[in-house]
Amino acid sequence: MKSSDERRERPRGRSSDDKRAQIWACLQDVMDPELDESVTELNFVTKAAVDSRDHVHIEFRLPTYWCAANFSFLMADDMRRAVSALDWVKGVSVVLGEHMYADKINAGLAQGRSFQETFGAEADGSLDDLRQTFLVKAFQRRQVALLSHLAALGKSPAQIVSWTLTELGSLPLDDAGEKLIQRYLERRSVVGPASGDGPAFVDANGARLTAEGLAGYVSSLRRVGINAEFNGALCRGLLAARFDLDTPFVPKSKMMPASSGT
Amino acid sequence: MYRTAKGEEIFVIDGHTHFWDGSPANQKNIHGKQFIDCFYAYHSNLSPPSEKWEKEKFEKYDAKTMFDDLFVTGYDDMAILQPTYLTDFYKNGFNTTERNSAMKKSHPDRFILNGAFDPRDGTRGLEDLHALSEKHKLKGVKLYTAEWRGDSKGYKLTDKASYQYLEAAQKLGIKNIHVHKGPTIIPLNRDAFDVADIDDVATSFQDLNFIVEHCGLPRLDDFCWIATQETNVYAGLAVALPFIHSRPGYFAHVISELLFWVGPDKILYGSDYGIWTPKWLIDKFMAFEIPADVTKETGSVLSMEAKTKILGLNAARIYGIDVEAQKKKIRAGGGYAHLPEAVHAPR
Repeated sequence: MKSSDERRERPRGRSSDDKRAQIWACLQDVMDPELDESVTELNFVTKAAVDSRDHVHIEFRLPTYWCAANFSFLMADDMRRAVSALDWVKGVSVVLGEHMYADKINAGLAQGRSFQETFGAEADGSLDDLRQTFLVKAFQRRQVALLSHLAALGKSPAQIVSWTLTELGSLPLDDAGEKLIQRYLERRSVVGPASGDGPAFVDANGARLTAEGLAGYVSSLRRVGINAEFNGALCRGLLAARFDLDTPFVPKSKMMPASSGT
Repeated sequence: MYRTAKGEEIFVIDGHTHFWDGSPANQKNIHGKQFIDCFYAYHSNLSPPSEKWEKEKFEKYDAKTMFDDLFVTGYDDMAILQPTYLTDFYKNGFNTTERNSAMKKSHPDRFILNGAFDPRDGTRGLEDLHALSEKHKLKGVKLYTAEWRGDSKGYKLTDKASYQYLEAAQKLGIKNIHVHKGPTIIPLNRDAFDVADIDDVATSFQDLNFIVEHCGLPRLDDFCWIATQETNVYAGLAVALPFIHSRPGYFAHVISELLFWVGPDKILYGSDYGIWTPKWLIDKFMAFEIPADVTKETGSVLSMEAKTKILGLNAARIYGIDVEAQKKKIRAGGGYAHLPEAVHAPR
């Protein structure tokens, strides 16, 4: 969601609008790793502006002051990388507002440091394992949504498990079905090689699903999707209760002076 | 007490209530302000508009308000007082056993007083736990693993010190361990909400019950998996239940999964008072049926028997409450005098 400030800004010609549109398009592809939803669709991003030197300034805030530091850092870092990929961009700043680790995360981001460098002794390694865990969950959630859709269309378990990735990609489906396939294919390589003649549907270990086991497999994965959807609903609600469009952005962890009691 | 159209009396034990002081006067720092603000966001976001409180009331309510909301306006027969100390955020603590004990003292038949421990408190903390247990005859404790303590931003149940405390709890007859997961557990590169440590201690301490508050949210999926394998792991419904109003579709899916994986004997109702109040939660819960399409998927049905267990019988079993005897005590004390003859049939 763009901030009210930004919406009041006067347009600065087509080129500037184009650039801004490109930035928002990049940000739309950045996911909250836990919710597997776009940071723009979740309304986390409050500002994405370009200055006259082609430096991009992004501000974002999260549903609670306590949101996990690692995911907060990951999203900021992913936003920086996504926008840096645009060839005209000369620099990117990403600032997190009102979060328990805002000062630390913002300093780390400003200096281009990694998660491990930013948190030092508070972390004992990189975020790779954590990121992988949630990529697998995203794969499972997208897969179960697609499998349920295909079952509802009357496709049999034997048919479904027989398809290659190419065959899955060429199924004549409506827009909703196409979207589910596209989202699934984006995460298919998380669990193993995804060449066109490879099996369309595999489990988290890359093993092909079987027709007999399909119903049980789907019911065991259902809870992954429900968990993510529930968390997504909770996070949207908490963010809306915490900030509305007129709430000013505060790029710090502290909004009130610490009392003498601390 | 909730009375159905058929005249059945449903005994209600609220598994999760607080008597807190989150007021600005008690806040020690920004974290104290942000903590109560976060609770208020949960409250405002998920309560029906008619049940929403002013911020000031929410920050600090008095004993009479709490009693009335639970037992007079609300359908609770008994409530478990769960402490949350947060002494790094609040001058006198947020919701200590001591503060709760005044409620228990005024209404001994209504409240179950739980204690707390923090494994980072060392030998001194173990002595305190002994004293607390002796003083209040504790049957349960609430653990908040994300509590900040000096430089530490939380602990795990699998820490060596946690084991010592759980062993002590077992010896003291403290059977019920309520666990609340929060964020910020160190090391920060791991999943802050990981519930795997519950799996570990549930296996090691078979005589203890582990009640996982908020049914493991935001890791409901991992929690369900653990709870199917461990017979002594329970799901506390707080936070999931209020979705029954704003997102009944989500609630239907969540309760179906819990019934499927955890089962009706291991789910405990909790209002999380003062975040939410029992009256509207239970009105909606009693009226709720899982939609046919969800039942078709999961096979889960929320029967009257299941509702009765979730609302009170499960908690009565693990806390050793004799429901009929307790009803008599409450009735003798005039506790049901306010109840209208009319039934509380689902609307």
